[in-house]
Amino acid sequence: MGNFQIKVQPKKYDAIIVGSGAGGGMAAYVLANAGLKVCLIEAGPNFNPAVDSKQLQNPWESPRRGASTKYRPFGDFDGCYWGWEIDGEPYTNAKGSDWEWWRARMVGGRTNHWGRISLRFGPKDFKRKSIDGLGDNWPISYDDVKPYYDKIDRLLGVFGTNENLAEAPDGIFLPPPKPRLHELMIKRAATGIGIPVIPSRLSILTKKINDTRGQCFYCAQCGRSCKIFADFSSSSALVLPALATGNVDLVVNAMVREVLTNKDGLATGVSYVNKEDMQEYQVMGRTVILGASACESARLLLNSKSPRHPNGLANSSDVVGKYLHDSTGADMGGIIPELFDRKRYNEDGVGGMHVYTPWWLDNKKLDFPRGYHIEYGGGFGMPLYGFQWGIENLNGTYKVKGKQKEAGGYGASLKEDYRYFFGAHVGMAGRGEAVARRDNYCEIDPDMVDVYGIPVLRFHTKYSDYEIKQAKHMKQTFSEILHAMGAVITWGGDDGPENNYGLHAPGNIIHEAGTIRMGDDPKSSALNKYSQAHDCKNLFNVDGGQFVSQGDKNITWTILALSMRTSEYIVDQLKKNNI
Amino acid sequence: MDRRKSLKVLVLGTVSSGLMLDACKTADKKTVLKKAPESSEKKHPGLMKEEVKQLQEVNAYTFFTPHEMQTITVLGDIIIPKDDVSGSASDAKVPDFIEFIVKDQPEHQVPMRGGLHWLDMQCLNRYQKAFADCNHQQQMEMVDEIAWPKKAKPEMKPGVKFFNLMRNLTATAFYTSEIGVKDVGYVGNTPNQWNGVPDDVLKQYNLAYTPKELKECISF
Repeated sequence: MGNFQIKVQPKKYDAIIVGSGAGGGMAAYVLANAGLKVCLIEAGPNFNPAVDSKQLQNPWESPRRGASTKYRPFGDFDGCYWGWEIDGEPYTNAKGSDWEWWRARMVGGRTNHWGRISLRFGPKDFKRKSIDGLGDNWPISYDDVKPYYDKIDRLLGVFGTNENLAEAPDGIFLPPPKPRLHELMIKRAATGIGIPVIPSRLSILTKKINDTRGQCFYCAQCGRSCKIFADFSSSSALVLPALATGNVDLVVNAMVREVLTNKDGLATGVSYVNKEDMQEYQVMGRTVILGASACESARLLLNSKSPRHPNGLANSSDVVGKYLHDSTGADMGGIIPELFDRKRYNEDGVGGMHVYTPWWLDNKKLDFPRGYHIEYGGGFGMPLYGFQWGIENLNGTYKVKGKQKEAGGYGASLKEDYRYFFGAHVGMAGRGEAVARRDNYCEIDPDMVDVYGIPVLRFHTKYSDYEIKQAKHMKQTFSEILHAMGAVITWGGDDGPENNYGLHAPGNIIHEAGTIRMGDDPKSSALNKYSQAHDCKNLFNVDGGQFVSQGDKNITWTILALSMRTSEYIVDQLKKNNI
Repeated sequence: MDRRKSLKVLVLGTVSSGLMLDACKTADKKTVLKKAPESSEKKHPGLMKEEVKQLQEVNAYTFFTPHEMQTITVLGDIIIPKDDVSGSASDAKVPDFIEFIVKDQPEHQVPMRGGLHWLDMQCLNRYQKAFADCNHQQQMEMVDEIAWPKKAKPEMKPGVKFFNLMRNLTATAFYTSEIGVKDVGYVGNTPNQWNGVPDDVLKQYNLAYTPKELKECISF
């Protein structure tokens, strides 16, 4: 017997779930609570916010004072392991393509550090082709998904208000927190120029909803993940309860290499490498559910070729990897001289904006087809690495306590400057819908493998005029709001056509979707309306891969709703022995 | 189920040796869940093992020479001296942070070491002594040549760039220390009940919550 062999698990599960993020976590939760036996496979290590979060640590408790690293690109306190660059796991871009690919590796995935922005799709978001002729319609409608949005609002909790806006639909909301000072100023200015500002909708518990999760205590550190489970992370709200049923075996540090199939083309299980001993294991199940994130799940399918699936598993349509899209993003910010030298008080609030702006215009009257929402930031943030970096660009421009100073400097006068400007910053970011196009895609790189010997992805992405014009509009809007509130623009105001108006690179907003899209026609889609592969009836996808389009709504809430819907369907089909 | 119980059911290691069965053995079908290895994972809760390793590597050597550290210390205390509100950069251990950060972020090494060297050369040419060995008046004369970006002579530009970096790193280190957080007046990072902007502040900026907000938002 050699040292390197494939070790086959004897236990056969009802479901193998790949990925423990929003989609995979929800599938594990639903199936385990229905009494089914689940093997949940996670590429990263364990993470339990109660134990592992850096919540409430002071800046000086990080040796780098919260600076970003390769391991935590959002900052040293951030609750996400890995990001843009993972040791041993490269990816490539074709010439002229600039995709940026975020990969979390941990139980709960990127839901540990996400912004908690929980926006339902509106009815139009499912039928964009019928409206502007671009892209495709979903095979399902808002009415199909609404019961599941309602269920997850109750199960997981989200605050907000019912505003009777058709495309920012009503939900079952917990009370939102009162706006902060800069948010009241934004609201006054924006409303004055016809731009609505309403309470945000974040998956944070302002009221207790059950016995296992706490009530928010306003430390503004949701991004670190919450030790009392007061914000939604798949790790705390789905995986832990799923494990508590006794029906889930959680396998961590396990990178799935391929989905295994039999001679009939049905999925039989997965093959994965255990990162700790670098040995290969196989585990069998009646169904395989992919929730590894849109591009990783597509990669898995494309790497799972067999005689029955010569183009990759579930890919007779040739769409797997294609129609890749992300939210668009452009931003701007500045300072509010009225807020210099202001009174100090605890302004933390929740870990995100208390107000936002839903898309408010009619695209038929504009030169771009899809909308965007606006997110707002500002206030007294915790001092971290980079605190008031570049003060030499500020302290010579504005009088400090009535004194005109020379830019830069040092000493007691400089300390006075840092106190004077603290808490006077404001920023805004647009998050919009890109048009899903077949020629934005990822494929298997022809000759590169990662450290596990798994072929990697190569990306081909480029934004079109639709997105560039949308970014231009964002910049104009931000400029108007900042001006109306008496703010002075200090960053993001100089972008123009030469840099696509500051439009972020595709992938940079980390809402990637579309690569395993659903549809009624097996010739132009990989999944049916239950996220079930047309070509392989016991294979499902529960992450962003299944999205036909993504609205200007961060996709997590819809991932959760769809995963619950698909999981209930799987339970039903397994019980009937249809799959 | 109480949280302690649910924490216990969390699998803390990969499913490996417990389930490794040769084809020829009769299977004991019980799943053995392996506990986490007693290692860096337990000593540094929440840190990735790669992060622990990187910290060990960074802390295993010293970058700045004693002379460079002395220069950094003098500069830091000129930038952030003790005043009637709070202590100095030295009080907040700024030099130790700068030593760490140039190893953690190696892109700072050339600008810092090069800037320090440039500064010493300037002082050697003017005062026949390195910066740290000059008297206070000489040091302040030199600093005034590079501390004011809009007034500096063109040939002083490398010094301006270096002093900007020193100012930024010193401020970052100072204001993220316990002394500095208190000085600048950040009072968050503690469990509390957010009940909105204080009334006197609302009044000061001529703002108010609407009846809708007062009705719908959570109040305490």
